[in-house]
Amino acid sequence: MADPAQSSPQYAISAENLVRRFGEFTAVNDISFRVEKGEIFGFLGPNGSGKTTIIKMLTGLLPLTEGNAWVEGLDVRKDAEGVRERIGYMSQKFSLYDDLTVLENLRFYGRIYGLSAERMKRRIDEIVQLNGLAPYLNRLAAQLSGGWKQRLALGCAMLHEPKLLFLDEPTAGIDPVARRQLWDLLFELSGQGITFFVTTHYMDEAERCSHVAYIYYGKLIADGTPAELKLLPDVQPAGTDRIEIVTPQVTRALRLARHIPGIRSATIFGESIHALVEEHFNLADLRAQLQKDGITVTDIHPLTASLEDVFVELTYKHQALLEASRA
Amino acid sequence: MPNPFRGFGAVFYKEVLHVRRDPGTLFFSLVIPLLQMFVLGFGIDTNVRQVNTVVYNADGRQESRELIDRLKNSDTFHVVRYVQNDHDLNDMIIGGKARVGIKIPVDYSDRLIHKMSAQVLVLIDGSDSSVAGQAINVTTAIGLDESLRRAVTDSTAPFAVDMRPKLLFNPDSRSPNFFLPGLTAILLLNVTTFLTAFAIVREKERGTLEQLFVTPVRPFGLLLGKLLPYFFIGFFELCNILFFMRFVFRVPIHGNVFLLAFLSLPYIFVSLSLGMLISSKANTQGQAMQLAFLTILPSIFFSGYIFPRETMPAFFYGISFLVPASYFINITRGIILRGAGLQHLWLDGLALFAMGTFLLVIAARRFSNKIIMT
Ligand SMILES: Nc1ncnc2c1ncn2[C@@H]1O[C@H](COP(=O)(O)OP(=O)(O)OP(=O)(O)O)[C@@H](O)[C@H]1O
Ligand SMILES: [Mg+2]
Repeated sequence: MADPAQSSPQYAISAENLVRRFGEFTAVNDISFRVEKGEIFGFLGPNGSGKTTIIKMLTGLLPLTEGNAWVEGLDVRKDAEGVRERIGYMSQKFSLYDDLTVLENLRFYGRIYGLSAERMKRRIDEIVQLNGLAPYLNRLAAQLSGGWKQRLALGCAMLHEPKLLFLDEPTAGIDPVARRQLWDLLFELSGQGITFFVTTHYMDEAERCSHVAYIYYGKLIADGTPAELKLLPDVQPAGTDRIEIVTPQVTRALRLARHIPGIRSATIFGESIHALVEEHFNLADLRAQLQKDGITVTDIHPLTASLEDVFVELTYKHQALLEASRA
Repeated sequence: MPNPFRGFGAVFYKEVLHVRRDPGTLFFSLVIPLLQMFVLGFGIDTNVRQVNTVVYNADGRQESRELIDRLKNSDTFHVVRYVQNDHDLNDMIIGGKARVGIKIPVDYSDRLIHKMSAQVLVLIDGSDSSVAGQAINVTTAIGLDESLRRAVTDSTAPFAVDMRPKLLFNPDSRSPNFFLPGLTAILLLNVTTFLTAFAIVREKERGTLEQLFVTPVRPFGLLLGKLLPYFFIGFFELCNILFFMRFVFRVPIHGNVFLLAFLSLPYIFVSLSLGMLISSKANTQGQAMQLAFLTILPSIFFSGYIFPRETMPAFFYGISFLVPASYFINITRGIILRGAGLQHLWLDGLALFAMGTFLLVIAARRFSNKIIMT
């Protein structure tokens, strides 16, 4: 039964108890979430955690084993064809025609969606302008660099003016500048009222989303705005503080830090260690103790949680739960 | 009302671009069959049993019936029909319903009783050289045997039963004449099935099919859009093969070449639909290749290309009806060698068209929910 609240037009996506099994293996395990219109919804999770599978379920490429989903107000189980009219999808793997030119690819998708000649011309002009594709129109897609391929793919996915776009790792494998440019483009489009469902492995991208969800081996373990997630009790338990220790000897420092009373957990973040410590933990004492053990401490300071901290904490907690349930 | 062919024009146009961008593949797919034609164009002979035979017994008395029984008992001939006039006798052979026609003259018994030599006319469809050879040998042997039997009982009897074989359609009994029309069917099947199967499987491999499935394209739009360019290519290839057959191998075409071209359309359609069906199952070009071979093998062995269909064991004879090449080989041999017309071959054309539609509908159904499982 379609619950009117589920299919209510304020949600671009509403997913209820989604389950997807491949034989014995459960790739998506009872996941529910809602995406509001106009949001940039960031979907994160380690490799193989089920992000692509969920997108395929929401776009009608994979049947739902259990659960319900409404996309743009339409029941995915009953009206996949209607959903397909209203969405754009950019898959994880570049999937345009290598042997067609940029313009030919755009025109092909325009024809598939049945755009009139007039509308096709207007849309292609708009997209070429917006995505900066003008210099490459007659180039074969195969000859484009990664960033331009992604812009072309995005262009093809939005030619028919969908209100909701699914982008599966749109920035994987492209350089930082191209990455930033693509995100600027997403913001611009988002400003025009388009909803985005984006998967990514980049924390800086996650920070820019209006809403993030984190999936860990088929289970949704975090769902909220970045600010909300940073305040989760699991991330920042009452009576704890977060600190950063900057040192050239991170691995050795980590081993030591984990045995210092008052430090609840510690993780390496590049050139530094992020640690969760008890309230009123004395940073000067810690510095002294580490230096006594031969660690050069460049800096120690308090820190507010980043999204990366959030995901690391939540992952630890769920790993522990998983192991406990296995034992 | 959703348009079931949605996306047809877009897919067709795109597919034409693919073909144009990759002339190498096209060239090879057109040239390889011609090479195969040269390699395989020469015959394999096989032992023949139970050849479809039509009998016109103008005499009808004891002696003539005995002769027919002897022919039947030889295991080489299987009498499918008795006719009452020359026209029906000829028509059965031109239409391909019988390979051998036996005419016993009205005065057969009289002549034997009066100790005169009696002639029996044996019309043989020479378009199948293995059948023809066997038919000549066996009828002559029976005629000889019959004569000897009478000579033993009555030494004054002349050489009594004189079998007069007459080779129709392929008087010089050249094996290219016989094999090439059949080979045409096999070669055409090869190219078209492979080309279409690959055209879709390639999109599966590259992930472009998944992208396409998220659009409102409909299965029939997708399949027909893909099919049509290869339809033209298949037809072009048929013209090539016929050209080489006629002017290089010098196989005369006795019937109407336009009829042949027309009746090849449903056959190309079946082959393309078969390729589509294969592509709905195969996920890689390797798998597509294996499945395509799996469909091509029965076309070689059960279509009458190598072994005459009616001489097959009942089970395989049954299978031969499910093999599209059977019908098309009947069409090519009919038109090229026997000069058959539409009145003899329309049913084969219709059968092919029905098979093609059936296969295409199944393929479209398999693509209908647009789900990718890889
Ligand atoms: N068709 C399938 N058959 C069997 N298992 C599958 C199938 N598709 C996906 N899986 C499994 O489901 C799990 C989730 O895969 P999925 O591709 O959704 O992960 P992901 O989060 O997108 O990973 P990545 O970040 O690497 O893209 C994986 O373990 C994968 O092997
Ligand atoms: Mg993925």
